Amino acid sequence: MKPARPAPPKKRDWSWRSQALRSVLYQVLALALVFSAGYYLLGNTLENMRLRGIKSGFDFITQPAGFGIGESIIPFDSAESYGKAFAVGLSNTLRVAVVGIVLATLLGTLIGIGRLSRNVLLRSLCGAYVEFFRNVPLLLQLFIWYFILTETLPTIEEALRPLPGVFFSKNGLQFPVPVWADSHIFTLAGFGLGLLGAWWWGRQTRQHFEATGRSRPVWLPGLLLVMGMGLLGWLAGGSPAALDIPEKSELNVVGGGSVTPEYMTVLVGLTIYTAAYIAEIVRGGIQAVPFGQHEASAALGLSRGKEVRLVLLPQALRVIIPPVTSQYLNLTKNSSLAVAVGYPDLVSISTTSLNQTGRAIECIALIMACYLTLSLLTSWYMNAYNRRSLLKER
Amino acid sequence: MPQQPYVFQTVASRPPPRPVGGLLPWVKRNLLDGWTNVLITLLLIALLVLALPPIVQWGVLNAVFGPDNAACRAAAAATNTGACWGVVAEKYRLIFFGRYPYEQQWRPMVACALMIGAIAASCYRPFWRGWLIGLWALVLGAFFILMMGGRFGLVPVETSRWGGFPLTVMLSTVSLLIAFPLAILVALGRQSKMAGIRTICVLYVELIRGVPLISVLFMASFMLPLFMPQGTTIDVLVRVLIGMTLFTAAYLAEVVRGGLQALPKGQIEAAQSLGLGYWQTTFKVVLPQALRLVVPATMNTFIGAFKDTSLVTIVSLYDLTGALQLALGDADWRKFFFEGQLFVAAIYFVFCYAMSRYSLWIERHLNTGTRRQ
Repeated sequence: MKPARPAPPKKRDWSWRSQALRSVLYQVLALALVFSAGYYLLGNTLENMRLRGIKSGFDFITQPAGFGIGESIIPFDSAESYGKAFAVGLSNTLRVAVVGIVLATLLGTLIGIGRLSRNVLLRSLCGAYVEFFRNVPLLLQLFIWYFILTETLPTIEEALRPLPGVFFSKNGLQFPVPVWADSHIFTLAGFGLGLLGAWWWGRQTRQHFEATGRSRPVWLPGLLLVMGMGLLGWLAGGSPAALDIPEKSELNVVGGGSVTPEYMTVLVGLTIYTAAYIAEIVRGGIQAVPFGQHEASAALGLSRGKEVRLVLLPQALRVIIPPVTSQYLNLTKNSSLAVAVGYPDLVSISTTSLNQTGRAIECIALIMACYLTLSLLTSWYMNAYNRRSLLKER
Repeated sequence: MPQQPYVFQTVASRPPPRPVGGLLPWVKRNLLDGWTNVLITLLLIALLVLALPPIVQWGVLNAVFGPDNAACRAAAAATNTGACWGVVAEKYRLIFFGRYPYEQQWRPMVACALMIGAIAASCYRPFWRGWLIGLWALVLGAFFILMMGGRFGLVPVETSRWGGFPLTVMLSTVSLLIAFPLAILVALGRQSKMAGIRTICVLYVELIRGVPLISVLFMASFMLPLFMPQGTTIDVLVRVLIGMTLFTAAYLAEVVRGGLQALPKGQIEAAQSLGLGYWQTTFKVVLPQALRLVVPATMNTFIGAFKDTSLVTIVSLYDLTGALQLALGDADWRKFFFEGQLFVAAIYFVFCYAMSRYSLWIERHLNTGTRRQ
């Protein structure tokens, strides 16, 4: 047998027709193109700004803003700085996005499951919901909700009162909130202890299951523990029950917690719009689980509830989570449409600042930076969660 | 003992299976199967009985259809309130054509009809030939000549007066026409082995996808003028078009990349072993298969882009949504905002729904070759 021929010496071929050379050439060309375009645009911008006398820089961040903000969770005064105003805008964006994500997930899941119902009425109603809300632009929907919430509702004098202490009118929603008393600390401590106890019970159950193979209920005792300890703590603190109930005065409703019609518009619009998309994703995810899984769990004698919880959902979630993540991101980005109905979110406050200071580049850069950070954070978190729910393979 | 002969005995025939077709079994299966189902059916029927009559009464029976403001106000003030579709009858020209000069509005109408005709022709598969590109060039040329005027004896109309439906159609069509090839290039670049080109494409896609469209539009309308050399200005319409194109292209690029990734590597290897070069492999083997795989996602992006044109309202262009706001600036008709909005929503709905149906149809047609059954 002849010995194997030695491999030919590896040599880079830098001839004109070689792939290596061409690849380097293309990349250099592309980068040069991008950089020279950037340089040209930057040069134009600097020249234009010099000619028009536009100042640049982020020094305006510390200057007093000079405009008030309609609603915020952080108190804001017009004498405070632009930087603070941006922070307030960001907090308003987050306030809508976080609540919207939770509500849209709940509503979307319900409707997605409803589309798979055996009941033809429920099925077609959910289908109509999805088709209608997905096929009309969000901006138009926001305008419609804004009209409904500001024009068709009664004035504050004749506010709807669906529950005692709740006022629902053109001026938004006023509702009772508990007054903070120091003894509420006991309630919080009770809840904390309850959570600890529930966690301990869950661990015990799992160990018991691994040792004996018998499962014990987890959720109900856990819930009872949390609620019971919270109640005990509340009683121990002397049961502080003071509520700040909104009262009707001559012209207005004072006291209590309140949300403006703008906030409700953005929240309702985003929730309903995104829920339609999430419903489709949930439906697709459930349908992606092969029918054999259902048959197998039926053959094992699992009840319908256990089948859904233990067999269908874990497999469907794997399909559902990545597109739902991008819907969450979409909801956060779509909250920027709040500017159209005058809800003071990040974009709205940036445009006000832009108009007042003329620092277009800086303000738009700030908006983009904020949303980019939010997007990256959300996708990072959801990727981590996705990794946990991935198929566990050997 | 002689053996008894075995006598065959007929067994009584089994009863026929229960019918599964027909109305009654259908009702039982779909509405009354199990007590939760009965409960849901009853609840939903109660809901429909409660909700439908007032809606019909408001929308049809008590509604005012003519452009009669006094009758509308009376209908809205009556105890059994009625809708005022008169607002559409009165303002439809403004809603459809925005601030385009009134006596010239046949031009946007013809332009729109041409554009929609071209779109409809492109939907039909036997027309997917080279001449379709020529047709599009002709139609786009005719559209802009009709809209801008200044040629063939047409009165010039500046772009700031364009509005309504033609603007919506033009923005979505033109931005998609430019964005699609760009998206394919970017998607190919993102898959490329060359690190420099890949980095540029990744940066572009991730930057654009991370920010809302509004901020891109703000950038287009506030910052693009600063980017231009001294003395040149670009029309606000062009600026918005650039913004929308860049935005849509980033999303489309991700869709196309999904198709490229889903294609088995053997296809590329097979093409290379046949001696095809990069571009031949890409255009003759990879793209035809990859694009077919992502038809539903592509159509979803198209629908999204069509709906997103409504956002130009925020940078003060009067597309369909913006023209409605314009039409309802009239204090007499402001009260009937809701009816106008429902009308515009219906227009958007018809187009988006048609696109999603077409997407299902074309997907089935393009997959005839690979579908079993």
